[in-house]
Amino acid sequence: MADVQVRNVSRSFGSHKALDDVSIDFPDGGFYALLGPSGSGKTTLLRLIAGFDFPSCGGISIGGESVERVPVEKRRIGMMFQNYALFPNMSVADNVAFGLSVRGDTRSSIETEVRRALDLVQLDKLGERRPHQLSGGQRQRVALARAIVTKPRVLLLDEPLSALDKALRVDMQIELKRIQREIGITTIFVTHDQEEALTMADRIGILCDGRVVQEGPPEDVYDRPRSEFAASFLGDANILRGKTFDNGIRLSDGMQILAKEASSGSAGVEAICAVRPERITIAASASATPPGRNTLNGRIMKRIFAGNSSTYFVDRNGETLKVLVQNQDGERLSEGQDVTLSWSPESTVVITA
Amino acid sequence: MGTQSASVAGRGMRAAWPLLLPAYLWLTLAIFLPLSAMVFFSFMTDLPTAQSGWSGTLENYRAFFSEALYGTLLLASLRLGIEVTLWCVLLGFPAAYVLAKVLKGRSREAIFLLVILPFWSNGLVRIFSWVMVLRDGGILDTAINTISPFRISIDLIYSYPAVIIGLVHSYVPYMVLTCYLTLQAIDDSLIEAARSLGASRLTVLKRIIIPLAMPGIVAGAVLTFVPVVGSFMEPRILGGRTGTFYGTVIEDQFVAVYNWPLGAALSFILLAVVLLILAVASPVLKRAS
Repeated sequence: MADVQVRNVSRSFGSHKALDDVSIDFPDGGFYALLGPSGSGKTTLLRLIAGFDFPSCGGISIGGESVERVPVEKRRIGMMFQNYALFPNMSVADNVAFGLSVRGDTRSSIETEVRRALDLVQLDKLGERRPHQLSGGQRQRVALARAIVTKPRVLLLDEPLSALDKALRVDMQIELKRIQREIGITTIFVTHDQEEALTMADRIGILCDGRVVQEGPPEDVYDRPRSEFAASFLGDANILRGKTFDNGIRLSDGMQILAKEASSGSAGVEAICAVRPERITIAASASATPPGRNTLNGRIMKRIFAGNSSTYFVDRNGETLKVLVQNQDGERLSEGQDVTLSWSPESTVVITA
Repeated sequence: MGTQSASVAGRGMRAAWPLLLPAYLWLTLAIFLPLSAMVFFSFMTDLPTAQSGWSGTLENYRAFFSEALYGTLLLASLRLGIEVTLWCVLLGFPAAYVLAKVLKGRSREAIFLLVILPFWSNGLVRIFSWVMVLRDGGILDTAINTISPFRISIDLIYSYPAVIIGLVHSYVPYMVLTCYLTLQAIDDSLIEAARSLGASRLTVLKRIIIPLAMPGIVAGAVLTFVPVVGSFMEPRILGGRTGTFYGTVIEDQFVAVYNWPLGAALSFILLAVVLLILAVASPVLKRAS
């Protein structure tokens, strides 16, 4: 096992900068998610760490060893591909054994290791099958077993769950996380699915246009986004625009939104504040709100029912705010109704441009 | 369930007949009829048009076994087929690999065109242009001697190598195309996966790429081997005196000696030998693919 360090790495393709001065520390034994929209450079970064591609400048080290000029096959990494990339000309067991036999392990130790790896992914009975005889989830497990059987220093996952249907994907998320914990391998996971990143990773890095927008533990990044992009890409966010004052922002119509952590910049500059839809309480107008909370009045434009929860779209002077409410017993608010929204200053994040 | 799917298949067949029929009618007329006529001729003493009359005989087939020359020539032709096929694999597979996996876009199209180009020219023209290239004082000879400080004589014409060169040139495009198609179908991520597992480029080639490309190599080899064993044009024009092979002997029977029955019999012996070789090799080939 080893930590991975990426230092001031850039990668250009012609005039296009796929990665622009990226520095990230991937802690030893951690599960790190690289999250970003397509074209953000997350896959490019993963391929640089794997060694399929080399940085235009900057340094990459695995376990303290500088690897920028080391070819893939010497990096001792394990990789799982989006399409699993199982060798169709080999049985499941031979697929898993490939890395070991290339390394020159003895036949008996290969057999033991392959059996152990297939046990770990719960496929011990399917060793003789061919990849095309397996289901999507099973292929996925074979790919994982093949990637970890060589005891690589780092496990790299390139959107490995995106080809599975939703129910299977959730199962595999739990499974993957379990196996990662069990063997304690440093894991770097590329995904564009923010929910997947939040549930699985213990650190998240958000990439946009080849730069790291923000990184940290999931709760941290979710609760304290540092840019409008981070706020709206990771989860949902209501964005209110205004100018800073000492402890919050003042909207154009004079309403003051208070924040617990006031902006560090000087007062009176352009700023936004972000509020998560689930942090907002919605109530019929004129009902009492506890003091110390931010309040805004509006009218329900639309309500979307999703079983356990409902999303209200509330119009306030032409702006739409989203409110997510867990459905409870009792009276529901209806479309067209005037409502008061309130939330605490702790749930308010001020972001200056 | 079974009968239902059978009736569905039956309906599919009825719809397929009008599409199949023209091609099969044509194949029957163009291949099957002349071929059966040839089978018929091969058992006759002379052509039915001969004045001296004709009768049935096995003599034409017996000639192959009583005259050692035919066997020797057949072996020479089989050896020629194997050698040309090997050269085609050695030259064609790497080219197909580069076309399928290294080149992209415009440059791939351009190189691809160069591979296909021989198909657009007449075979006879191609062979005769090799005569210009390979003979003493020819293009190759002149070119090398303009660069080389001392005199090197390149006189390959009318030799076994010249026959090989001409045949490889004619058949290597088939190998490139069949290998290209299978290589193209190999997902790049398979190669990357193998390398991430510690395999060097050579190991990836041996354990992933070649096994997966085997169907293409086998198809190309069959497409090359079978016609080369019976070839006569290249051996005759480029081989000169050394260019006597089984194919040229058959050709002689038809165009020079006018012994069609013997020519036909020799052809069917060749066909039988080739089919036998393919049948014996087929378990190996099937496993490989």
